[in-house]
Amino acid sequence: MMKRIVYREWRIPPARYWSILGILAAVIGIGTLSFGYMEHQGHWVTGMNNAVVWGTPHVFAVFLIIAASGALNIASIGTVFRKPIYKPLGRLSGLLAVALLMGGLLILVTDLGRPERLIVAMTHYNFSSIFAWNIFLYTGFMIIVIAYLWTMADRMGGPFNRPVGILALLWRLALTTGTGSIFGFLVARDAYDAAILGPMFVVLSFAYGLAVFMLVLMFTFADEGRVIGPKILRRLKNLLGVFVAGSLYFMLIYHLTNLYGAKYDGFETWLLTHGGIYTFAFWVGCVLVGGLLPLWIIYHPEKSKERNWIAAAAALVILGGLSTMYVVIIGSQAYPMPLFPGQTILESGFGDGVGGQAASYWPSIPEFLLGMGGVGVAMLITAVGVRVLQFLPESLADEVVPVDEETMGEAAFVKPA
Amino acid sequence: MKDENRATHESTEHRGIDKERRALIGAAAGVGAAMVAPGVVLHAVQAQADPRSEPVTSDVRWGLVIDTAKCADGCSACVDACNEENGLDLQTKPGRESEEKWDRQKAVWIRKVKLQDNQTGRITNLPMMCQHCEDPPCVDVCPTGASFKRADGIVMVDRHLCIGCRYCMMACPYKARSFIHEDLEGQLTSVPRGKGCVESCNLCAHRRDYGEDSTACADACAAEGHNAIVFGDLKDPNSIISQLLKELSTRQIREDLELNTGVRYAGV
Repeated sequence: MMKRIVYREWRIPPARYWSILGILAAVIGIGTLSFGYMEHQGHWVTGMNNAVVWGTPHVFAVFLIIAASGALNIASIGTVFRKPIYKPLGRLSGLLAVALLMGGLLILVTDLGRPERLIVAMTHYNFSSIFAWNIFLYTGFMIIVIAYLWTMADRMGGPFNRPVGILALLWRLALTTGTGSIFGFLVARDAYDAAILGPMFVVLSFAYGLAVFMLVLMFTFADEGRVIGPKILRRLKNLLGVFVAGSLYFMLIYHLTNLYGAKYDGFETWLLTHGGIYTFAFWVGCVLVGGLLPLWIIYHPEKSKERNWIAAAAALVILGGLSTMYVVIIGSQAYPMPLFPGQTILESGFGDGVGGQAASYWPSIPEFLLGMGGVGVAMLITAVGVRVLQFLPESLADEVVPVDEETMGEAAFVKPA
Repeated sequence: MKDENRATHESTEHRGIDKERRALIGAAAGVGAAMVAPGVVLHAVQAQADPRSEPVTSDVRWGLVIDTAKCADGCSACVDACNEENGLDLQTKPGRESEEKWDRQKAVWIRKVKLQDNQTGRITNLPMMCQHCEDPPCVDVCPTGASFKRADGIVMVDRHLCIGCRYCMMACPYKARSFIHEDLEGQLTSVPRGKGCVESCNLCAHRRDYGEDSTACADACAAEGHNAIVFGDLKDPNSIISQLLKELSTRQIREDLELNTGVRYAGV
């Protein structure tokens, strides 16, 4: 018999709780100061320039936004795909989705050249722009997820749980595809102009969102002495393994397609062999740290049973994810645009990739701190959420979590001897 | 009618003519006419001489033809003229910044590019600027509609709507746009600029407003005796630019994108 899941506020000692909040507030404060500095001085204080127009803030922002949609997956698996074992995790999943999205969007908005004109973006729409569509996708996501949380937590909302869950799933798929398409529909640059970027972002979001979810879950539970049973942990880490493998697969296809078409040869050779920091970020960051190492841990016969190793795998996925974003967003801009195929640019008054040289960009400290500020906002919303409302299940011990649907009615499937 | 007239006549006779009132009305009409008339006349005169009071029409499409054979190596007359015309020469490097970084961050609307063919070694010089596409990617992606195309084909940025997201710079296949990275001190009335906005060549839109028939770059190139840049109306079959296009074998940069650019190059 399945036991009733009890949700309870996060009750770590006040001193510890307030120090966590204090640290997060400090991170956000520093992020705010960086924002003020960048806006007051102008973007010349950043590493961004007329060739690399989106920099480190966008790396953080896009990572957080796609991780947000990925974090909601856990709730979808429980509600839409009816896996009862994931049900107790649904509330935290929804909360993280909202928190991460808020963090990401704040970075995007504070990096604008004219952030005070945000109202213009809310009142003037150009519907041929994916950006304009995303404004609706993001705000809609926020509203739908909040409604979704209500259907999970309130008895009255119960009947709407599944329909809202399905809507949330479809919406998040659209959102991540839209985010990938910001890049995928750009014909100007060799690295973009690939429809696969939309679905690739969806798969990346699965991995990043789950990695963030697992770390937050493990931290909050460990800190208060709540129990996570091996059963649910095994499920989560196996799922992470599938998502990481899926991400690698999509990246492989993306690069193979580019290599196959002679048109994009130049970009691939550059990125894979002599692109300096971007080659390093790709092989070491995306492939090794974000892909192979976590997979090795997740499927290692011994290490995969230890929670510290599982946490390490999740952390590596996040680091790898940030590297991937760095390569996809900044590397793709640094590679010169193919203005004159078959010709070499000898001189240019505007850094057009003289001699095929990549544009230079080096992140500045304020950019990095602004990005961290966004992470701080996401974590602060989560920390306050779990403290004041009942987001976290009291226990996820093996005997408490709902039975695996695979083990239900096992007798029916047992073949006669 | 007759009856009415009679009635009015009778009533005026009855009340007697109020001369003072008539004088007042007359004076008021006179003063009013004196105040409005110059405006009306001025307005009429301006409408003839100044296209600013007329909406931009799609009867014309402004464009450039660049004959790279005439573009001289080492000459930067067009770049200098553009900088002066649009106040870009007033840009100042923020104090602590390195020259190298400033080169990547300052606004550039037109630049000289020197190319070498990988197979033949042939050298080509040309100026690059906004190509004023018929289907501009920058306009497609702009979330607020700040990046727009005028009816006469000029692609430019509405600086009141631009939020500085730089998506247009991501989308432009010609790297034609610049973001204003620093505080501005001193700018021209005819070319307002602002920190945090994106900008690019607008074919000297302010000159179009005054009905002038050229751009700063084309004028400067002609003054140097090169005549490599020709400005004109692509829709007028009799314009010099249309004649040139018939004569020369020209192409668009990145023809594969089929953007139908308003700037055409010969000899690339």
